[in-house]
Amino acid sequence: MVGQAIWSPAKRRPEGRRQGEAPTPLAWHNNHMSAAVLEIRDLSCRIGERWILRGINLEAREGETIVLLGRSGCGKTTLLKCVNGLVQPAGGEIRIEGRLSSDWDPIQLRRRIGYVIQDSGLFPHWTVAANVGLVPKLENWPLAAIEARVHELLERVGLAPAEFAQRYPRQLSGGQKQRVGIARALAADPPLLLLDEPFAALDPITRYELQMQFAALRAGVGKAALFVTHDVREALLLATRIVLLKDGMIDVVASPLDFRDARTSEARAFLASLNHGDEVPSNPAELPSSPVGQIE
Amino acid sequence: MNSRRAEILSLTLEHLWLVLIATGVAALVAIPGAIALTRRSGLRGAMLGVASILQTIPSLALFGFLLPLPFVGGIGRHTAIIALCLYALLPILRNTLVGILGVDPAVRESAVAMGMTPGQILWQVELPLAVPAILAGVRIATVATIGTATVAAAIGAGGLGVFIFRGIATVDSATVLAGAVPAAILALLADGGLEWIEKRLSPA
Repeated sequence: MVGQAIWSPAKRRPEGRRQGEAPTPLAWHNNHMSAAVLEIRDLSCRIGERWILRGINLEAREGETIVLLGRSGCGKTTLLKCVNGLVQPAGGEIRIEGRLSSDWDPIQLRRRIGYVIQDSGLFPHWTVAANVGLVPKLENWPLAAIEARVHELLERVGLAPAEFAQRYPRQLSGGQKQRVGIARALAADPPLLLLDEPFAALDPITRYELQMQFAALRAGVGKAALFVTHDVREALLLATRIVLLKDGMIDVVASPLDFRDARTSEARAFLASLNHGDEVPSNPAELPSSPVGQIE
Repeated sequence: MNSRRAEILSLTLEHLWLVLIATGVAALVAIPGAIALTRRSGLRGAMLGVASILQTIPSLALFGFLLPLPFVGGIGRHTAIIALCLYALLPILRNTLVGILGVDPAVRESAVAMGMTPGQILWQVELPLAVPAILAGVRIATVATIGTATVAAAIGAGGLGVFIFRGIATVDSATVLAGAVPAAILALLADGGLEWIEKRLSPA
């Protein structure tokens, strides 16, 4: 614990303006400005005898959204869980903010990584405000700072604080729950977000709304995000880079524009599902164009 | 008539005392025990098995078994309390386990992923969400113990069973009822009261 105190998240977050803010963390931050928030080198993972992931190399920088695209069982969720230590890799290395994941205290590391999952995983016995304020509370922020942060985040994800802060998750719709889940992930201002099919369980209209809002939010906060989905449309819409996984290995890495020209059979299969499954829009090339402009 | 009333009251209090101590001790053992078992899936089956077997032993026989044992046995209240306690273990143990293991995996996963420590997850997430199940277990145990405790009079532990055994011996159904009716009322009150607490303490 002592070794981490120097640059503990509490001192780096903007709200934590405590007296005697040490220059060290800021200097540290500047030195790594250009470095990747997340670096994965030759990562492998297996459960029993079965290899889930092999030879994964990946990098995510500030402001980037890496979409991990793949069929069910391709290892994309496992890859996500390797990053925050929910799953132990068999080999390779993961660096977060330049530091080996094995050198992090797992608890501290997870508080530096926002996490959003499909079922939202909100605590049913806590109000929306308490759910959003979870990590700041774990990090012992002053109450007033937590309250202000919760207020700010609820507004940012499009939920009026006056109306929603004191509700319980069971009083929310699926889309509202996911908004709260995103607000919770952003609460302690983590540099890295992990999102595991966050919009998969929503109706198509709400999903589109949240995708748009996520794109806008991401543009505003400049975080690195690792976004898991099996929906190629979502990948084209949100990714700065698409990483297609097949049987635990990287099949294609491409920008959304280049992805449409990818020649592997897996990429073709995904693109074919897009062409045949969707009537509107008829031309998928129009999909990723400036989504931010279409919000609200 | 007045002395009968006074006896009913004092035996009812004695009965209540037996039940409170027995279920209280059982809860103090079973709840932490169940929490420990949620962390060790290997032991879980074995412990639930032991508790289940204990519960299948007829109560009169269990009192009989305990009587000759040194320290825990002998005529009197403490033997009865030990036996009642053993009976109360299972429902509390099982319900606590079910309550904690029944927490939505997505909730537990996000608690871990948000950087909560195991202790924080237990106290802030798992236990609050398991409260209704745990209290339901305590309620079942309490109501059952109120009934079983009437048998404790057979080994001199007192309580409302005293009337029942006396009434049987003298073939006097009024005396039997003097024990049975207050015991039934106690059980109903305990059931209702604990149900109320359960509702009050349940997470929103």
